[in-house]
Amino acid sequence: MRISISAENRPIAIASLFIVVILLAGTAYTLSTTGTAPLLSPRYLLQLLQTGSFLGICAAGMMMVILLGHIDLSIPWTLTAAAMTATAVGGDMALPTALAVGLAVGLLNGFGVAYLRIPSMIFTLGVDTVLRGLMVAQTGGFAPQDSATPLMLFLAKDRLLGIPVAIFVWAAVSIVIAVILTRTGFGRSIYATGSREGAAFLSGIRTRFVIVGAFVMSSLCASLAGVLLTGYSAKAYQGMGNAFLLPAIAAVVLGGTHILGGRGRYSGTLVGVILIVLLNSVLSIMQMPEAGRQIIYGAVIIGMLLVYGRNQRVTS
Amino acid sequence: MRGTNLKRWLLQNVGFGTALLLLAVLYISYNMMHPRGFSSAVAVQNANETAAIAFVAMAQTLPVLLGGLDLSVGAVMTLTSCIASHLVSGSPAQILLGMVLTLLSGTAFGLMNGLIVVYGRIQPIIATLATGAVAVGLALLVRPKPGGDVDGDLNWALTNSVFDFADTYGLADGGNAWWLRPIANVPVPVILVALIAILVWVPFRRSVTGRTVYAIGSAEGPAFMSGLPIHRAKIAAFTMGGFFAACGGLYLAIQTSSGNADIQQAGAYTLNSIAAVVLGGTSLLGGIGSAIGSIVGAMILRVISFYFRILDIDPLLQPLIEGVVLLVAVSFGAFRTLRVKNKLDLFR
Amino acid sequence: MSDAIVEYRGISKFFAGIRALENVDFACSPGSIHAILGENGAGKSTLIKIMSGVLQPDAGEIRLEGKPVTFPTPDAANRAGIVCMFQELSLIPDLSVADNISISDPPRRFGLIDSRAQIARAEDLLARVRCEDVDPRSLVRELSLSRRQMVEIAKALGRKPKVLILDEATSALTSRDVQTVYDLLAELKDEGVASLFISHRMHEVDALCDTLAVFRNGQHIETFAKGEKSEREIVHLMIGRDVEAQFPPKPPLKSPEERGKPLLKVQGLKWETKLNGVDLSVCRGEIVGLGGLDGQGQKELLLALFGALRDVDGEVTIGNRKGIPSSPAGAKSAATRMALVPEDRKTEGLMLGMPISDNLLAASYGKISRGPFIDPALARHAVEDGLKKLQIKIGSASDPVMTLSGGNQQKVVIAKWLMIDPDIILLNDPTRGIDVGTKQEIYRLMRELANEGKAILFYSSDYAELIGCCDRVSVLYGGRVVSEQEGDDITEESLVAASLNIDVEAA
Repeated sequence: MRISISAENRPIAIASLFIVVILLAGTAYTLSTTGTAPLLSPRYLLQLLQTGSFLGICAAGMMMVILLGHIDLSIPWTLTAAAMTATAVGGDMALPTALAVGLAVGLLNGFGVAYLRIPSMIFTLGVDTVLRGLMVAQTGGFAPQDSATPLMLFLAKDRLLGIPVAIFVWAAVSIVIAVILTRTGFGRSIYATGSREGAAFLSGIRTRFVIVGAFVMSSLCASLAGVLLTGYSAKAYQGMGNAFLLPAIAAVVLGGTHILGGRGRYSGTLVGVILIVLLNSVLSIMQMPEAGRQIIYGAVIIGMLLVYGRNQRVTS
Repeated sequence: MRGTNLKRWLLQNVGFGTALLLLAVLYISYNMMHPRGFSSAVAVQNANETAAIAFVAMAQTLPVLLGGLDLSVGAVMTLTSCIASHLVSGSPAQILLGMVLTLLSGTAFGLMNGLIVVYGRIQPIIATLATGAVAVGLALLVRPKPGGDVDGDLNWALTNSVFDFADTYGLADGGNAWWLRPIANVPVPVILVALIAILVWVPFRRSVTGRTVYAIGSAEGPAFMSGLPIHRAKIAAFTMGGFFAACGGLYLAIQTSSGNADIQQAGAYTLNSIAAVVLGGTSLLGGIGSAIGSIVGAMILRVISFYFRILDIDPLLQPLIEGVVLLVAVSFGAFRTLRVKNKLDLFR
Repeated sequence: MSDAIVEYRGISKFFAGIRALENVDFACSPGSIHAILGENGAGKSTLIKIMSGVLQPDAGEIRLEGKPVTFPTPDAANRAGIVCMFQELSLIPDLSVADNISISDPPRRFGLIDSRAQIARAEDLLARVRCEDVDPRSLVRELSLSRRQMVEIAKALGRKPKVLILDEATSALTSRDVQTVYDLLAELKDEGVASLFISHRMHEVDALCDTLAVFRNGQHIETFAKGEKSEREIVHLMIGRDVEAQFPPKPPLKSPEERGKPLLKVQGLKWETKLNGVDLSVCRGEIVGLGGLDGQGQKELLLALFGALRDVDGEVTIGNRKGIPSSPAGAKSAATRMALVPEDRKTEGLMLGMPISDNLLAASYGKISRGPFIDPALARHAVEDGLKKLQIKIGSASDPVMTLSGGNQQKVVIAKWLMIDPDIILLNDPTRGIDVGTKQEIYRLMRELANEGKAILFYSSDYAELIGCCDRVSVLYGGRVVSEQEGDDITEESLVAASLNIDVEAA
């Protein structure tokens, strides 16, 4: 039975090990080319985490949905829509507006998946397209205000005690999600529903509420990431969320969360995000062309899943 | 008897029938509104814009019939179009060889997907997410910058009407043979899609392997108990997906006379292929549908966008209308859930 | 037995350490119709699955016409001429009848499936089972259950069986179809086919079979020719002379006045075709059994009461509150306090991959939370209580529940529900597939709970359990209660009669 516990942590352990390997390999590379080891400097690592926070927050929300065995493909344009609406409103209401957009999208996604029982894959894809359409229509006729508010700039760029505020935001989101998943009935119901919806339903868990709740969390996270990203790049723009969907799914899965739901730990998702951000960063330091990056990226996902999969076969 | 057969066919293929009707209504009224409607020129232009997505939708159909999903179809299309942009030029023999190699490379990529899914026991959606990244990477290696030289004659011949095709290669009396008349105005891409569907999809559908693909998506347990070749069918489905995606890539390269390793484009094609498959009446849960339906679905998607050119609709509203149409179309599936009397059946 | 087509020697099969078959010898000779008799869980299904290549035996040998063979897949068994008609049908719902009948080896032309020949072939085979009314072009999912069963028989016939296994092949058939199947089996017998016939209906076995084999507890007890033993003797063989389960003593039977007002009262409950006006009542302190053949609406009745079905008609009174709960969440709420131990613990009762502790707490998050947060101390206590109350043997509460034996898994399901302190407990065959020791614990627990004043509605496919545990038994047939028995009137004979005899009349 010890084996089964470590089976859940093994992906996390393997991914962590791989992070160390990447750090060492990257450092070896920089030492051999420039004679310095910037990868190991605190400044670099903090900056890494700062840029990783956007992906990290998206992945945290995505994880809730994947734990249910669903997926949220609307993240890119939820993020963008929240950011663009927020900057258009501007001022003190910007942040609440962004979160309201996230809430609305999450409710819509949850309704489609939980009540209409349309496969999340296609429903969230449709919602993503509609959001894109709304944003194109909104920005087309006139040029709304798109610059970040001071609060956004503070959240994304400033430092507190020498540490980027974005990292604090990510940490706060992480704590909230981790507490929800481990310490609330709602969180445990997510696992139960994702594990076997029929059994959860017959246990008297209101599985439809749980599904709606998870989609709302996912959209809220995406909208928060949109706010931070706006602050980071000083403005909101179309397509700003496109680069986050697939890496978010990959981070969640690399962290050991099962794509069909029911299994996974938040710490795994954290490790998965760091792994992906670090991999990207090291590859860019090595001036790896985009082609090599994509190939390595895909190969890492396949390779690691094959390693996890083999492990599963042995224990089951 | 004929009548009852038609009725049964319609009942058994509600999704496909609806899609076909929708397409007919949309396309006929489009042509009526178009100033040069029902002309060969309009048809040729429309067909050119539809062929690649039709092929990619066919590619997506097979994994979906299994109850899975292939997120790499767009990327494989991009990869193969980049390969084609290098190989499809030179002497006729070289061109032919280049086309064969292009199709083979896509097929091989599909085979790899199938092997990873079956023997690596990785969920299709994740496996193809990763292999899709690899395909895009390879495409960038093959074609770091957009460009390429695809044979000009071929481009002209395959992107126009059958008459032009015959004219280009001096076949059938330069296109004036009497027997070519009836189809002289048909766009070549239509012929190509139809040929591939008839020569590849239809035989596959009528093989035991093809039947097994449907059986797995419908009920994998009974399929196994009936002694069907489960592994072979799964691998075949992904391999065929690779082949169809390569057809799309090859056509795209010929149509644009170049290759472009565009990540955004790859993603857009993948997502559109899912939408086309669903619009064409194929169930995302597997077991129901066909590649022919997906071609119709792809055509519907495209026709909707054609409308924006002739109607005085703000082009900025275009994506929004596309999205709403997609969302409404897939929501029709929800009627099923309202009929379910045993709530436990909802969870299967 | 050298003339046997297929012979099985010393076959054993274990699931998670639980014996399903042990050292079974079995043979079928050409031109015979063999009945396989036994209670649910006697090992019949396992034997069939091994015969048809779905499962591999853990030990033992299979000989086909004298030569040792193995059947690694169903396909291999089919090719050897061993064809099985499964109880849970092997048809593909989204394919046509013709496709299904020739599924793995269709007629071909130029290497492709010849759909015309396939339809002709289907027509021939359907005519042979007198199902001309089934159009080979229709999809299987469009057919009624009884038609599907006939299609399954046609499919099996089309494989030219040497050994044909029919697992509850007649359970959903109309009497006309049953006669067709009888005639068919007689024809096949003349052609030298060996048929194995599994049925719960004694009169069918009597009418049809020439040899009877009785299984019990995973063992082949005896094989004898028809007519050698009386029906009574056969039933005894099936049940076993030694009482395999000890039941706790029942309290003296109460008169309706002593029982008081029923806590759960059901009148005219209807749902789809499965429930056709069920009337029954359960009082505090009572264990009421649901009897009858499998699939007579028992499962649906329990699900309907628990709020898992839509559009249920009829009157249900729980305590003083009228109305059917709208969902399981409503059913377990303070107003009704119901609990359901569902039929299939693996898919409906448990989240198999999740820890034992989570499974135990799944119904009672509200009770162990303070505000939105789970109180770890309360949760730990609740888990410990549950484990102790049911004496569940585990390594650690964080192990996945699937590492437990079947008996302990079922205890987890029961413990989960005891945590909400239910008033009404619905049990759907809670002892299926678990070991004798645990069964006894569950019987004792049921009685203790009844003595605490809970109302228990208990469906079991095992007559002995109904006799041993229940104060009263309602026997269901065709979605209605056809017989109510209480106290000492509940006997094996009366229960079997109620579920079988009625069957003959109603059909």
